[in-house]
Amino acid sequence: MINLFEVVETNEMITRENLDVRTITLGISLLDCIDSDLKRLKDKIYGKIYDAARDLVRTGDEIAGEFGIPIVNKRISVTPIALVGGAACKSVGDFASLAETLDEVARQVGVNFIGGYSALISKGMTAADELLIRSIPLALSRTERVCSSVNLGSTRTGINMDGVRLMGEIIRQTAEYTREQDSLGCAKLVVFCNAPDDNPFMAGAFHGVTEAERIINVGVSGPGVVKNAVSKVHGENFEVLCETIKKTAFKVTRVGQLVAQEASRRLGVPFGIVDLSLAPTPAIGDSVADILCEMGLEYAGAPGSTAALALLNDQVKKGGVMASSYVGGLSGAFIPVSEDQGMIDAVEAGALSLEKLEAMTCVCSVGLDMIAIPGKTSPSTISGIIADEMAIGMVNQKTTAVRVIPVIGKDVGETVEFGGLLGYAPIMQVNAFSCEEFVGRGGRIPAPIHSFKN
Amino acid sequence: MDRTVITVVGKDTVGIIARVCTYLAENKINILDISQTIVQGYFNMMMIVDTRMMEKDFGQMAEELHGLGEEIGVEIRSQREEIFDKMHRI
Repeated sequence: MINLFEVVETNEMITRENLDVRTITLGISLLDCIDSDLKRLKDKIYGKIYDAARDLVRTGDEIAGEFGIPIVNKRISVTPIALVGGAACKSVGDFASLAETLDEVARQVGVNFIGGYSALISKGMTAADELLIRSIPLALSRTERVCSSVNLGSTRTGINMDGVRLMGEIIRQTAEYTREQDSLGCAKLVVFCNAPDDNPFMAGAFHGVTEAERIINVGVSGPGVVKNAVSKVHGENFEVLCETIKKTAFKVTRVGQLVAQEASRRLGVPFGIVDLSLAPTPAIGDSVADILCEMGLEYAGAPGSTAALALLNDQVKKGGVMASSYVGGLSGAFIPVSEDQGMIDAVEAGALSLEKLEAMTCVCSVGLDMIAIPGKTSPSTISGIIADEMAIGMVNQKTTAVRVIPVIGKDVGETVEFGGLLGYAPIMQVNAFSCEEFVGRGGRIPAPIHSFKN
Repeated sequence: MDRTVITVVGKDTVGIIARVCTYLAENKINILDISQTIVQGYFNMMMIVDTRMMEKDFGQMAEELHGLGEEIGVEIRSQREEIFDKMHRI
């Protein structure tokens, strides 16, 4: 039987170390809503999401109450809207009005974000894909809860450089459309290489076309718990360090698995995956950067940071995989800047640059995330940053992403406040040398060679 | 079996166990295991209880026990046992 020591350990993790389940995300297929009439399409989308998700928030809160574990977010992901809206939407405004429908139904069912205002263009763009992408600035400026993502490349297809160039412009435009809120729209817009179909985390969640009708995906968290465990093994060798992280990741993930199974049972929706990510929040101690510091770095970004992050990421996966029957999504450590107090401190101390972050994305689970850059950054430079990140993902067969926020009217030395889970961020220096001719070439970068592996 | 772990943490005082147990008895909640320690004047107790016979729902019980804790001046939490089982047992 469970003993007092074990009960206290679990409850300390929850009350002092910010252990929580970061999100229960209900994936809903909208493929059967497709209609050539825009009004009918909207009605079908609204009806389907409302019926599927009306009990989501209540069920999440009940599970949280009974197990005594906070479930911070309840969210929805849907089929990429470029596929769903293609037959009905003939203009940028048509697509943006679909975003408003998503926003409205998200508000009605009480979820804080709905993801899937997305296009998958890793090889090429259809007319609908392009129209949706061009509607993103308008859609994100008119909605509060809609998140948008675009998959620009994959290991199998290469990188769609036309898409990369276009997204540089779209990110910049989104920043301008939402300049009154410090370009907040860009915090809800992410581009991917090798985007997973079952990611429960925003802004990149969408319900992939290979997924079932409905599915429950759960994202666990717990950087604070790992940090606390690592703080107890100062001076020990790497074997001890790795075992400590692995065991902690196992415990954290088991909670996610339990919550996922309960949510699946109570909502009558199949369980998809648990995403093992260490997702930081601006809360003190709930930081991935702090884990790196506990390992022995003065600041995240110091030499050794990439190795430390690689180790952390791998041990989280090794511990987590055994704790859950199905693992998917992004699974690893996130290194967003604005959502992690330790990262913010590192930037302010001058220890962490955009280039070092790029190196760290080679071994973390996502990419350049929640990084505020000067508003004057040109679209082609943003495209260059995206192209670099996509190349890392393509060649290394991993998911990479870019979520940068060019804050209109602000420059290096200033900070930007997004509020809540999105946190605040110092504006980071961007390499200002031009890449305009390179990103302007058009076409795509071919897929890397897959042979010669054996 | 519907097993719940009730934890009581707070400054030690007379009658904590008595009051919690009275509530449990009144609500047909059977105690399966109790362990308790006092560290530096702080009372730390865990009970594993069976709630099959209880007529209230879980949320109401958790709320009433929390309220009772506030009266006594301690923190009382109720959690289903599975969260601890999952985390500490393979």
